[in-house]
Amino acid sequence: MKYIDEYRDAEGARSYAAALAKITTRPWTIMEICGGQTHTIVRYGLDELLPPTITLVHGPGCPVCVTPVELIEKAIQIAARGEVIFCSFGDMLRVPGLNRDLLSVKATGGDVRIVYSPLDALQIARDNPGKQVVFFAVGFETTAPANAMAVFQAKRQGITNFSLLVSHVLVPPAMEAILSSPRNLVRGFLAAGHVCTVMGYTEYEPIARNYHVPIVVTGFEPLDILQGITMCVRQLEEGRSEVENQYTRSVRREGNRPAQDLIREVFEITPRRWRGIGEIAASGLKLTAPYAEFDAEARFGLANQHIDESPECRSGLILQGILKPFECAAFGARCTPEHPLGATMVSSEGACAAYYRYRRDQRATTAAIGEGEDR
Amino acid sequence: MKRDAEFMPSCPIPITEYPHVLMAHGGGGRLMHQLIEKVFLSSFDNPILATRHDSATINPGGSRLAFTTDSYVVQPLFFPGGDIGTLAINGTVNDLAMSGARPLFLSAAFIIEEGFSMESLWRIAQSMRKAASEARVELVTGDTKVVDHGKGDGVFVNTAGIGRIEHSLVIAPSSVRPGDSILLSGDIGRHGIAVMAAREGLAFETTIESDCAPLADLVIQLLEAGIEIHCLRDLTRGGLASALVEIVEDTRYCIHLNESVIPIHEDVQGACEILGLDPLYVANEGRFVCILPKADAQRALHLMRSHSIGAEAVVAGDVTDGSPGRVTMTSRIGVERIVDMLSGEQLPRIC
Repeated sequence: MKYIDEYRDAEGARSYAAALAKITTRPWTIMEICGGQTHTIVRYGLDELLPPTITLVHGPGCPVCVTPVELIEKAIQIAARGEVIFCSFGDMLRVPGLNRDLLSVKATGGDVRIVYSPLDALQIARDNPGKQVVFFAVGFETTAPANAMAVFQAKRQGITNFSLLVSHVLVPPAMEAILSSPRNLVRGFLAAGHVCTVMGYTEYEPIARNYHVPIVVTGFEPLDILQGITMCVRQLEEGRSEVENQYTRSVRREGNRPAQDLIREVFEITPRRWRGIGEIAASGLKLTAPYAEFDAEARFGLANQHIDESPECRSGLILQGILKPFECAAFGARCTPEHPLGATMVSSEGACAAYYRYRRDQRATTAAIGEGEDR
Repeated sequence: MKRDAEFMPSCPIPITEYPHVLMAHGGGGRLMHQLIEKVFLSSFDNPILATRHDSATINPGGSRLAFTTDSYVVQPLFFPGGDIGTLAINGTVNDLAMSGARPLFLSAAFIIEEGFSMESLWRIAQSMRKAASEARVELVTGDTKVVDHGKGDGVFVNTAGIGRIEHSLVIAPSSVRPGDSILLSGDIGRHGIAVMAAREGLAFETTIESDCAPLADLVIQLLEAGIEIHCLRDLTRGGLASALVEIVEDTRYCIHLNESVIPIHEDVQGACEILGLDPLYVANEGRFVCILPKADAQRALHLMRSHSIGAEAVVAGDVTDGSPGRVTMTSRIGVERIVDMLSGEQLPRIC
């Protein structure tokens, strides 16, 4: 398929791997931010093409994984109400709250619908004036413009039976949280190409400077990722820490200005809890005052409800790149996609799900090596 | 009290996990297999059922017959390339074909929702007549029920079928051997994407048509040519990946696929890229895999490619004695990975 096959070419992959082997002289740990990149890496086995001294760790860039249990619980409570049509992207439905998921709400009579765009949810609101239509607005900067557009249009068109349950998170504060951790192992980042398509990459420049880490804005196809890793390792080997753009076919330095304007019109920055990590200052988005009437938490009286997470799941360590999925004792045993303990096993983009799906046979040997390392 | 004891044994599915049936329990993935094992196999346990084949092989009065049933609940009822009627005939014909049987007789039962359009019902019946004639089966018995408005979804169709087994092979996972070749009868993913595109709420335009087709004629041609078929499986719900995992799961062997030879039409690939779906798991209604000795593979491939429904057939992989019970695949960039069964339905991704 044109514009896809070129980026999945075996020959190209091998030449990047060879180039990478040539320039690598020391061990480096690199984090890919986005869950989509994690899946490409594990699905195509990219990490096996890399020199053994390069370790990839998987970042917190799966929106499903980092949505706190509190918001999942609020979603479940709202979806269970008789007057509500609850709309969500597909992968949120299987994420467990405290004791059930949205699919179970649907099975017991809740009107829970998978939509492909928040604007579809808005259309459902227009078509069902007697119902309250709620859209579960999760995601990073990538999904924020479309979610903002839905609220923007609802306000302009006077659609009052529509609201958003907002769980938006932002990438740069999470990167700073990882870099500030005393347990941090990450020496370079592959930034998420689609987030930067919206936001550009100027906000990564101070991070690269202040923490002395190279950041390479990277796409999602196998060759994108291999090229991104090569660019990152070259910087590390040369002692540089700059922001570079591998994903030039989609990303410009300033990003998509109209999309950013829309985000700023509808959303403002707020502290947000990340599942498995905890609260990170200025790391999320909430509706601005002119759009506050579209806030589902306020509309259904849930704004002051606080729910703590189960301490059992170690997905926070996975999301910070401190633990590999197969190093968790529950992985593949007590924790599987059918019976997930945590979100990283549930979401199709979650690191644990990726390893379970594509790699679980290697668990024993690789885990043994992992445990032998000095971490 | 006795009645209670008989009909309310303690449920083997822990109540804390899923006290209610989810859509995923019918999605063809692991949850459905758990449901079948824990609820149905344990209740109706017998050696024929335990083979868990698409159709049962029964031997009344010395003859070998294949017997199967399937229910059709597709939405929308009409989609590019077919409708619930064509599916109901071909699906059951294909289940018989997967035993290597010659389909003979079908039953059809209709559960119709009050208020359903008579014109639509007529169209469905005509599709069934046409599909049955193409598949050379006769619809010889049936049933009609009407339920209250709101208690059905237009129409549900059940068909059951009987076919005659004219060969002496054991076509089953237990016949699969290391060294066997895996033949795939054509491109994958068209039915699932055609239905999804036609489904309300997904407004992307496509020209993709369902691959819905009867498979029995081609299978019988292979058998009549003396091809020693070890196993057959049509690639319906759960797609190619789930079918192969099902075959190999209880064996000591490994099925190994080569990703770069699996045919996927560009428009199907494009739709999958947009929706974040993996075509390996997307449903087909006119595709099957045939596992057979390597020595027969090229001859069988030639026969398949000469048939209208197998023009794009390929040797997609082979059976090895590598990781037991696993399906593995060499990815397009040359690295090996597991191909697993999904736990439930494929859900479109966020971004």
